[in-house]
Amino acid sequence: MARVPVDTERVARCRALASAIAADVQAFIDAHTSVGVERTVARAYGITGADGEGTPLVNALIDRIHAKGMTGVGVATFLGRALASGAGSIQEAAESLAFGSEAPSLDGGPSGDAVREALRAPTAVGLARIDEARIAREEAKAKLEVGTAPLKYVIVATGNIYDDAVQAKAARFAGADIVAVIRATAQSLLDYVPEGPTTEGYGGTFATQENFRIIRRACDEAGAQLGKYCAQTNYSSGLCMSEIAWMAAVERLDMLLNDAMYGILFRDINMRRTFVDQYFSRRIIGRSGIVINTGEDNYLTTADAIEKAHTVLASQFINEAFALRAGLVESQMGLGHAFEINPWHEDSMLMEIAQAQLVRQIFDRHPIKWMPPTKFKTGDIFHSHVHDAMFNLVGVLTDQSIELLGMFSEQIHTPLLMDRYLSLKSARYVFGAARHLGEEIEWKPDGRIATRAKETLVKAEELLDEVVKESIWDAIGRGAFADVKRTRTGGKGHAGVVKRDAAYLNPILDALEGRNA
Amino acid sequence: VSGKKSVPPTRAGRGSGDGEVLRAYGDREGDGLVQFSFTLKILPGDRAREAAKRFAEAHGLLDPLVTAMEQVSFEHSYFVVYGRSVHSVDVSRIQVEELGARPLERDEIEARGKALGRKIVVVGACTGSDAHTVGIDAILNYKGFHGDKGLESYKCFDAHNLGAQVENDELSARARALGADAILVSQIITQRDCHKENAAALVELIKHQGYRDKVLLLLGGPRIDNQLARELGFDAGFGPGTLPSLVAAFVVERLTAAPARPKSD
Repeated sequence: MARVPVDTERVARCRALASAIAADVQAFIDAHTSVGVERTVARAYGITGADGEGTPLVNALIDRIHAKGMTGVGVATFLGRALASGAGSIQEAAESLAFGSEAPSLDGGPSGDAVREALRAPTAVGLARIDEARIAREEAKAKLEVGTAPLKYVIVATGNIYDDAVQAKAARFAGADIVAVIRATAQSLLDYVPEGPTTEGYGGTFATQENFRIIRRACDEAGAQLGKYCAQTNYSSGLCMSEIAWMAAVERLDMLLNDAMYGILFRDINMRRTFVDQYFSRRIIGRSGIVINTGEDNYLTTADAIEKAHTVLASQFINEAFALRAGLVESQMGLGHAFEINPWHEDSMLMEIAQAQLVRQIFDRHPIKWMPPTKFKTGDIFHSHVHDAMFNLVGVLTDQSIELLGMFSEQIHTPLLMDRYLSLKSARYVFGAARHLGEEIEWKPDGRIATRAKETLVKAEELLDEVVKESIWDAIGRGAFADVKRTRTGGKGHAGVVKRDAAYLNPILDALEGRNA
Repeated sequence: VSGKKSVPPTRAGRGSGDGEVLRAYGDREGDGLVQFSFTLKILPGDRAREAAKRFAEAHGLLDPLVTAMEQVSFEHSYFVVYGRSVHSVDVSRIQVEELGARPLERDEIEARGKALGRKIVVVGACTGSDAHTVGIDAILNYKGFHGDKGLESYKCFDAHNLGAQVENDELSARARALGADAILVSQIITQRDCHKENAAALVELIKHQGYRDKVLLLLGGPRIDNQLARELGFDAGFGPGTLPSLVAAFVVERLTAAPARPKSD
């Protein structure tokens, strides 16, 4: 087996350091909530709909509570009080809290026990929706052929959900195992999730609950027609990270892009907000059985892939530590990395092999997500296709689990039908032709690949050590990851982070954390 | 479908009385050979092959040869066609400024910048909903691209990278506050021509704010070329693969071509 030497004690130290980093942040998370978290709780209680201008009811509701400075007790408190006081339904309670003549208030009213009791049944209903979707996914997969690793993952991004559905089916036809609908680029910065089906979006298509349903249906139809399962993925990131996790969980998505630090680094979303939101999103994901894909590949688009390879590995340890704290199991952790070394650099492929194999061995129970070359792609589609073929070869050689396939038209446009077809054809060829190559060769114990792998692990440990000493907050502040610097209170969405009151109530979270309220 | 039976004779190359008339070059001078690939909503078969052939002929390809025809979806086929293009292009009639013809060396850029007696302020951003900073990072950040260091690495530049998703009014306000000599706009996302609208809107805004003549406006991105940028009201446009040194040279040349003007604001 083409393995690289891995110092298991060093790996254990890395995991311990990452755990300490996550523990420091967890203390903050456990003491705070956010408007995003509270909107997710409202959605979990079944609150739906939007007004004529497209403002979702959950936003109107939380905004009103937030304006009164009462987010810290949790939206569940208000919903429970209304139910215990005779509201006909949670939806009715939400409408009246959002738009009623009387502002939300905590004066008088039912006892805490009565409030909790009133929420018992609605909480069970909310969680049952996640569980039912999980069972339905498992049943659907059992009926159909599920691909072998590396799973072939492609993107559709037309901006129009109905066109996306056509493209998703075509992708499954051409051999894709997983279809991602890229989001409209600005969506990560929207502090609400749009409602209904959407047909206009730049750089992609809005993630909405209805759009999730449309693609789910298309994937299921194509899957049934071909006898092969078509997995669906989207993005649980940005200011609505946890709301989208909820929608994906109940609409039976298979995967979600979900990263503990991506929004901070690449979308300038406030770090407190991101850490609080990622935790709740991952609690939902943990329960739903969705596989997350983390975004370390992005580091290498801003930082150099040769010099900063260890930052990817260090971040994977951190993402793993956060995921474990949120109740995910290893088989749900699609830790991300990428093939982004300058292809003209001598032995670039050897360095890619070293990194890919190292990650494979360290995270041996994780469905590793590998991203294709993008940074050094040019408009030379013919060369680009060769570049992607090398990526595919290393992918099968190092047994990556999920491979987002490169497109020869990267840097030109969102993939055309034939671009995706040719990409899938190339992957099918290379994965088949070199299927067992990794089992047949051994790397020289002190050769270039082994040495590179060792160095990367050593440097990752050093970085984690520094991060523990200075805390993740300050490490991000000095640009330790992706060469991007952020501050604790800077970035978007900080105003939506609130300290939990002593009376904070969130039975959904309690249940997800395994405590029955 | 073209009724012509053969490639019209031309005297390719320089010096002919008609100027420089070029044909596609495959294997022999003037053969006009090109390859062409596309997708049609038809399943593979003899009719599909004929459809692909006629489609190629309609584009001016003679004797088209359909070399690949494969089903790519439930209802589409993909084709590769080779043929001899009937078309030619007269290069002598093209009036395009050659931006990358003679890039200055780094020392020359620094020397000219130094002669200006102050740092050249450059402000860059991905504007509108565009979140893809790869291009602007490659040009502005120290690291640069392909071994060619970015504007931050030059002593003569004071480079500010505002990052992604910057609105035009914010970019303009920051540029004015910093006293920018040049504004670099990167537009990667091109769906439904949003890059053009966004870029043109910035030019209008700056004109409206009355300092268009005091600032160099540069546009970059995979679908940008100099001509498009000029049409949109920019001073220059830079396409894919542009190295930072080319942008540096352009800015320095433009700023030092005329007598150095006093710093605005």
